[in-house]
Amino acid sequence: MSEDHALFIKKVAEKYGRDPTRLMDILLEVNARYGWFSEETIGHIGEAMDIPRVKIRDKISFYTFFSQKPVGKTVIRLSNSVVEKMKGAAEVARAFEDAVGVKFGETTPDGAITLTYAQCIGMSDQAPSALINHTPVGNLLPEDVGDIVEAIKNEEDISQLPQALIDVNLRRSGPVVFAPMDAGTAVRAALKMTPEQVIDEIKKSNLRGRGGAGFPTGKKWEACRNVKSDFRYIVCNADEGEPGTFKDRVIMSERANLVFEGMTIAGYAVGAEYGIVYLRGEYEYMLEDLKRILEERRKKGLLGKNILDKKDFNFAIRIQIGAGAYICGEESALIESLEGKRGAPRERPPFPVEKGYMNRPTAVNNVETLCAAARIMEQGADWFSTIGTEASAGTKLLSVSGDCSRPGVYEIEYGITVARFLKMVGAEHAIAAKIGGPSGRLVAPNDFDRTISFEDFSTGGSVIFFGPGRDLLTHMKQFTEFFVEESCGWCTPCRVGTTLMLKEFDKIIEGRATRTEIENIKKLGQTIKTMSRCGLGQTAPNPILTSMQNFPELYEAVIKPVDYIGTFDFAKAVSAGAEITGRKPHSDEEANL
Amino acid sequence: MAKPLIATQHLTSCFGCHMSILDIDDRILKLAKMVDFDRSPINDIKEFTWPVDIGIIEGGVSNDEHVEILKDFRKNCKVLIGIGSCAVANSVPSMRNTVPLKECLEEAYLNGPTIVDGGIIPNDEDIPILLDKVYPLHEVVKIDYFLPGCPPSADTIWNALVALLTGKELEFPYELIKYD
Ligand SMILES: Cc1cc2nc3c(=O)[nH]c(=O)nc-3n(C[C@H](O)[C@H](O)[C@H](O)COP(=O)(O)O)c2cc1C
Ligand code: SF4
Repeated sequence: MSEDHALFIKKVAEKYGRDPTRLMDILLEVNARYGWFSEETIGHIGEAMDIPRVKIRDKISFYTFFSQKPVGKTVIRLSNSVVEKMKGAAEVARAFEDAVGVKFGETTPDGAITLTYAQCIGMSDQAPSALINHTPVGNLLPEDVGDIVEAIKNEEDISQLPQALIDVNLRRSGPVVFAPMDAGTAVRAALKMTPEQVIDEIKKSNLRGRGGAGFPTGKKWEACRNVKSDFRYIVCNADEGEPGTFKDRVIMSERANLVFEGMTIAGYAVGAEYGIVYLRGEYEYMLEDLKRILEERRKKGLLGKNILDKKDFNFAIRIQIGAGAYICGEESALIESLEGKRGAPRERPPFPVEKGYMNRPTAVNNVETLCAAARIMEQGADWFSTIGTEASAGTKLLSVSGDCSRPGVYEIEYGITVARFLKMVGAEHAIAAKIGGPSGRLVAPNDFDRTISFEDFSTGGSVIFFGPGRDLLTHMKQFTEFFVEESCGWCTPCRVGTTLMLKEFDKIIEGRATRTEIENIKKLGQTIKTMSRCGLGQTAPNPILTSMQNFPELYEAVIKPVDYIGTFDFAKAVSAGAEITGRKPHSDEEANL
Repeated sequence: MAKPLIATQHLTSCFGCHMSILDIDDRILKLAKMVDFDRSPINDIKEFTWPVDIGIIEGGVSNDEHVEILKDFRKNCKVLIGIGSCAVANSVPSMRNTVPLKECLEEAYLNGPTIVDGGIIPNDEDIPILLDKVYPLHEVVKIDYFLPGCPPSADTIWNALVALLTGKELEFPYELIKYD
């Protein structure tokens, strides 16, 4: 048995040339077979790869899809993000516990089923949702859970369940991403130009990154092209992990060709021959389709050597699957993960365009950015910059979830007001909108006349609506818990600060806070924002800070007009000591003020 | 006008913060001109003679007596300052916080490798009763100012006291509040 085990692992390692930078794929394959990593497995991997076990453990412990404890043959990951909670994840969780017979975090004694919670799995529009091994199921109702569990027990094909039919949920197509397309048109248009001209065209279009930071794409490509190097790389960031975002899911399922087109054009522009798509582990179910599309493109001469007979223009694309870590969406963490390591962000500078994947110049772009770049080749920069506003050219995909009657993906022109958008999605009664997901801001109705654009409310795409009666403070707490969980732990302000912030915030929610706690949180939030290395820490205080800014009345209502409220409980603190010594403590009363 | 009064106290700590107070060297003469000391281990006055203006506490709260002392300080001090890591964030004393009290005592007095012939857990009327954990000051009473550091340097303490006594803006050069 153990020999089999070792042999299998050796074969997997050899398949990837025992290349430590491909450790992620090796772990994924081993995980697919065993479901978890025993010390024995880790030992075999270490031997096969000739790397210390501790490095393997280091990697495994970082990603949620990897476990060092045995898990069931079927793992049910119920998403527990804020929107999912709003839509009844707790009731569905209870139904699963009843049907399976174990609690969340546990495995059935026969090793058949493990129940566990997951962060947002990119299905907020169809919440409550879960991943059953790699198959997503959505719109779960407590009463359906029995049948689902029955199907698992009978080893039926889960992807045939009615709940596994994922709605595309594309509610509004715009002229850029979701307009009709033909494979090859954009690449063909780009190849009529020189690489420099392609970059100039992208610069002229005013295209800015859609992944959140909004960096001008043309400038990024130019910087990447201008660094002297033997190799360059294009990376497509399809890790979307911001809770409430699922627009990249829809792009990858409906417009993968446009994404690959964009990557190929980026490769031509910056002088890269190799592109990698980093696809979040939660979207593994799309992998086969994506590989098929890549194969078709190869056959059509749109990938490979001398693309479309352009001499010396070679470009290949591979897809790297992630293993569940929000921070891997941060570009330098993503690159670390691509190199087979844990996904901890790097110090910047140097930026990826200087030293990225394999220390070579690398242009990392969001899925949506690459689509827009391809479309600009097709239709021209002038056309593109007429869409949207002057400072925000083009369209933006918004993933809409929460309290609205039409959740889904909308391709809107930049510059739309929140108020108009509310009507479009059926959220007229919203009391608040979280624009930009957890890391964005909580917007109050008096700001609904403002616009979604880089110059006003900038967003990577997540828009969550809260309807009347929602307890906003509790939801802000849940967003903050997300950051506590997902912090990679490198920076003390982010690792410790977010937890401290949560502790102070608990006092507020529980009505045990004074103005001091409010001031403490503001100061702490500022420290976390300014002292953290990457965007996660720099935005983690936003749910609480922006709710303080825009909903001060919620805080006024719960804080106490006294000078100080202690958290210390004398009777509880002294009881163990009193019991051990059999003595009566100094009474707290005597000392009381 | 009478000089402002200061009181100081140590709880669970190494006394290093008090050493750091003394480390202001000859400035202690200036301090003596500016203030009078009431209750303090430095002069061995064990009870408040009167309410004072400034109270300085080093160390964390780890037994019933500490709670009483701390509350007494809060009652008798207009301004209360926590100095040093133990007072502010518990630091070394709180290493026991992750272990239940009973296990801690048993390991120290009954089962530890240096115990010969059984051993007993000390228990006497004069020994205060330990709390389940060590607590930072601000969880028990309101603390007006914190001076972190292990210990805060003499200059930090001096700058803070002078600012407080003279009402001048507090200035900490970067080196004084950089801890790594
Ligand atoms: C914590 C964190 C998570 C991120 N997640 C994503 C993501 O899921 N997808 C994405 O495209 N960018 C994400 N980003 C932004 C990337 O670092 C990077 O800016 C982006 O991929 C660049 O592409 P663009 O210029 O096309 O937007 C994230 C950033 C941070 C700090
Ligand atoms: S800010 Fe947080 S997530 Fe980012 S590097 Fe620092 S600890 Fe890691």
